[in-house]
Formats: sequence, structure tokens, C-alpha cells
Amino acid sequence: MTAPDTHRTIDAVWRIESAKLIAGLTRIVRDVGLAEDLAQDALLAALEQWPKSGVPDNPGAWLMAIGKRRAIDVMRRGPMMDRKHAEIGHELESRQESPEPELAEALDDHVGDDLLRLVFIACHPVLTTEARVALTLRLLGGLTTDEIARAFLVPESTIAQRIVRAKRTLSDKKVPFEVPRGDELAARVSSVLEVLYLIFNEGYSATSGEDWVRPNLCQDALRLGRIVAELAPNEPEVHGLVALMEVQASRLRARVGPSGEPIVLLDQNRAKWDRLLIQRGLAALQRAESLGGARGPFALQAAIAACHARARTADETDWVRIASLYQALAQVTPSPIVELNRAVAISMAYGPTEGLKLVDTLTSEPSLAHYHLLPSVRGDFLRKLGRFEEARVELERAASLTRNARERELLLERARACAEQYRSAV
Amino acid sequence: MRFMVIIKADASFEAGEMPSERFLTEMGKYNEELVRAGVLLAGEGLHPSSKGARVRFSGSKRTVVDGPFTETKELVAGFWLIQVTSKEEAIEWAKRIPNPDGVDAEIEIRQVFEPEDFGAEFTPELREQERRLRAEVASR
Repeated sequence: MTAPDTHRTIDAVWRIESAKLIAGLTRIVRDVGLAEDLAQDALLAALEQWPKSGVPDNPGAWLMAIGKRRAIDVMRRGPMMDRKHAEIGHELESRQESPEPELAEALDDHVGDDLLRLVFIACHPVLTTEARVALTLRLLGGLTTDEIARAFLVPESTIAQRIVRAKRTLSDKKVPFEVPRGDELAARVSSVLEVLYLIFNEGYSATSGEDWVRPNLCQDALRLGRIVAELAPNEPEVHGLVALMEVQASRLRARVGPSGEPIVLLDQNRAKWDRLLIQRGLAALQRAESLGGARGPFALQAAIAACHARARTADETDWVRIASLYQALAQVTPSPIVELNRAVAISMAYGPTEGLKLVDTLTSEPSLAHYHLLPSVRGDFLRKLGRFEEARVELERAASLTRNARERELLLERARACAEQYRSAV
Repeated sequence: MRFMVIIKADASFEAGEMPSERFLTEMGKYNEELVRAGVLLAGEGLHPSSKGARVRFSGSKRTVVDGPFTETKELVAGFWLIQVTSKEEAIEWAKRIPNPDGVDAEIEIRQVFEPEDFGAEFTPELREQERRLRAEVASR
């Protein structure tokens, strides 16, 4: 195996092992920042030694052994040599001497628990949302700072700083490495799911930049979602979120045209939808529902996505059901954006006049003042009602509000079409 | 990217012998690991070729040949479909497939075509044709 080959293998091993490694080390040293540094040390050692010695048979155990050895070194010589650290160091040493298989088994028992604790710590509410996203991709996704920076189109130094600061915050605030209990659990699970969905959405409809979708980010979010679903299998909303992401990801190939332009749901070529992901999404939704979570916000959104997935053609879409699901969603999570979506469903189920009635109640909503989809939707209703001149104004307004270049082109094109129809009508 | 990880048949598999309990336990653990890592999309095990058939093409002629087939080593016994980010990652997962009975075996790793892999060769007409075919399949 040549050196570049070995490096690619190490990248692969890192992707598979890093989260478990960091989680295991955090349990030992009780400091996620330090644990990550130790894991990085182990990675460096692998990069140094594996090209010469070859990849070990059990690369995960190899990395863990190095990480632990470094942990003992740090504990011994560090200026922070207090009693707690001394104890951990001692305990580590004695465990180091215990027979390997026993150690491996002991570790295996904890892997799931440790990973789940790591998930909760990376998405901890003491951190800013941006920090949670960066830390989640870094600690759980095994992405490099550079990969995260490229995914979010920001300089690498920004992400590096974000991660350093996040680790310091966790350490300063003495955030415990634990799975929250009781009343706290629900809120903390929500925080985790929000972070994952945020990552997914950034990949699914990039808020800025030239590209409309960044599928790799979607894949990372989906992978993390599937992992969390297995770590916390009794949380219905985790399965709701996975269902939503699976079904949305099934359309990734269909929502971009040949020259990178976005294609809206109803215009998509449904033959390009990924049937396998749809099946997986429907199965995850069923799992959420069987756990009594049908009314969870993510499960409801997944149920809406599933309505589209089940329709063989756009005309077959069950808009009445979608409108009622949106109504349920508005009850659990009241929001003007949900109302806007409900307006679209109502317009499809009962006609644009009904849709416009609902949308007009939203135009004074301050939180939607700069939201491009409000004028975009309103423009669409007006166009359907033959009010082309008003529609053009709305669509142009929507174009001026979006930050995505591809979407802007699409909106301006629709505005031009309205202008033409207006001219030919008068 | 997606890879199909293919497990090949051996003589005892083709003879219809059920795998050992140890094998099943280890394989179950491995599958669980794939699920927990969020990489497993699908996976199936196949019956021996004696339960299958082949359809041979020669010009316009079609001949049906019932199993079993003799070239044991080339026969597929099962597969996993995994979503990973590199061939190396697929290889890493394949290396972890358990072999508790210590048999000689071979695992094959093949990348799944995605529409974008066809590039310019995949003309709009061909795409359209594929689209219609898929729509027909989907509508069944």
C-alpha cells in the first residue's frame, strides 16, 4: 500500500472511529476539549506510523490505546495535576494492565452511552447555535475544520475559532458528560434534533452562495440522524426527523436542473426520486407513530413529505390531507411560516382564493417582512387568479429578498412571465 | 456515494447448509454496527442457486436454465448496500465483516452508479427514456 493510499484509509478509519474515540476519551478525562486533542494526537500517531507499519487489524482499538496513553501522560505532567486528575491517571494505569479482551468488552458496553452523551454535549444549550453545528460535525461527524468551513462557505479560521471557543465554554461552565434526565430530557433532545435539521437544511437549500444544494451536508446530517435514532430508539421525534430527512433526501437528484437551477416540488421528475430513501422514510415515520409520536412537529412534517412521496404524479397529491396536517402542525408549533405553508396547501385543495385569504393575514407579520417566500407564494396565488401585474410586483419583491443566486433567477423568470401575460391580456 | 458489498457463495452455502449459530450471532452484531453507524441502506441474503434460474440470450432466442450452477465462487450469496464517502470507507467496513468459522472467502466491493456518473454520455433523450421507464416501474 502506498503512502497516499494509507492516508485515504486513515481518513476512512477516522470517519468510522473518531466519534467513538472522542466519546470514550471524554468519559475518562471528563473534558471534551481535552479528549478531542487526545484523539487528534492518536490520529497524528496513525499518520506517522501506519504508512510504515501498515494499518493494524483493529484500528479503532489501536487509536484508543494511543489516546489513553497520551491521557496518562497529560494527567501526570500537567500543571492541573490535582487529586481528581491523579485519580483518573491511576485508574487508567491499573486498567491499562488488565487483559485486553476484558478492556475491549468494558469499552463496548459503554460505547452507546458515551456516544449519546457526546451528542448531548455537542448540542448543549450553553453553546450558540453556530457552535453546536460546528461541534456536532466535528465531534460526531468526524469532519475536519476545513470540510466544515467549505460546507458553510466561511473561512477555515472562523470554524476553528468557533470550535475552540465552544470547547472552552463547555469546560468553563463545567458542563457534565451525561445523558439528561427527567424534565430536562425533552428540551435537550429537541436541541439535538434542531441542530441536525439545521445542518440538513443548509445542504438541502443553501441559504447563500451559488449552489442550490450541497448534497454532502445532507448526507452527513442524515447519517448523524440515523446514528442518534439508534442511540435513543425510544424518542419518537428522532424517528420523525429521520423520516423527514430520508424523504426530503429522496428528492435531491430531482430538485436541481441540468444547469444547477432549482426545480420546485410539483415540477420535479418523480422518476428521479430515490425509492429506497422513500421506503426508509416511510418506515421511520411508522416507527415514530408506533411510539405515539404522530403529533410531534418533525413527525407531522414527515407525514406531509410522505403525502408527496406517495403521490405518483403531482396531480394525485392529497392536498386536503396535507392542509389538515399543516393545521395540526400549526397547533403544536404555531408559526407564520407554517401558516404560509398551510396557505399553499389550502390553495391547492380549495383554490387560490382561499389560499390568498390566509396569506393576506400574514402580510403584516413582522417576522415575515424580509422572508422571500411570502411574496413568492402570494405572487403565485395572484398569477393563478389572473392578477398578473400584482403578481409580477410580488415576484420581483421575492427575487430582491432571496440570498440564493439560483433562486433569484427563477423568481425573476416567473416575474417576466407574468409581465408578458399581463401585456398580452391588456 | 453508494457501494454494494457482495458476499460470495461457497460449497456449503450452495449445498443449502444453514450457517452456524455463531456465524448468525456475529453477523447480526455486524449488521447492527452498520445500522448504528448510519451507513446501512439495505441488505439481503440469497437462497442457494438451486432455487434460482438463468435466462440465456442468444439473438432473439431465450433459453431458461434452472439452478444449481457450478461455478460456486462466482455466485452471489448476499449483499449490503451502504452509503459512505469513499471507496476506502467501504473497504474498511468490508474488512470488519466477521468470519467466525475461519473459512476462505472473498468479498467484492462495487460502486453504485449515480445519474451524474453518466456525464455527457447520458444524453437528454436517454435520460428521458430512463425517466419513462422508471415512472412505469414506479406506477406499478
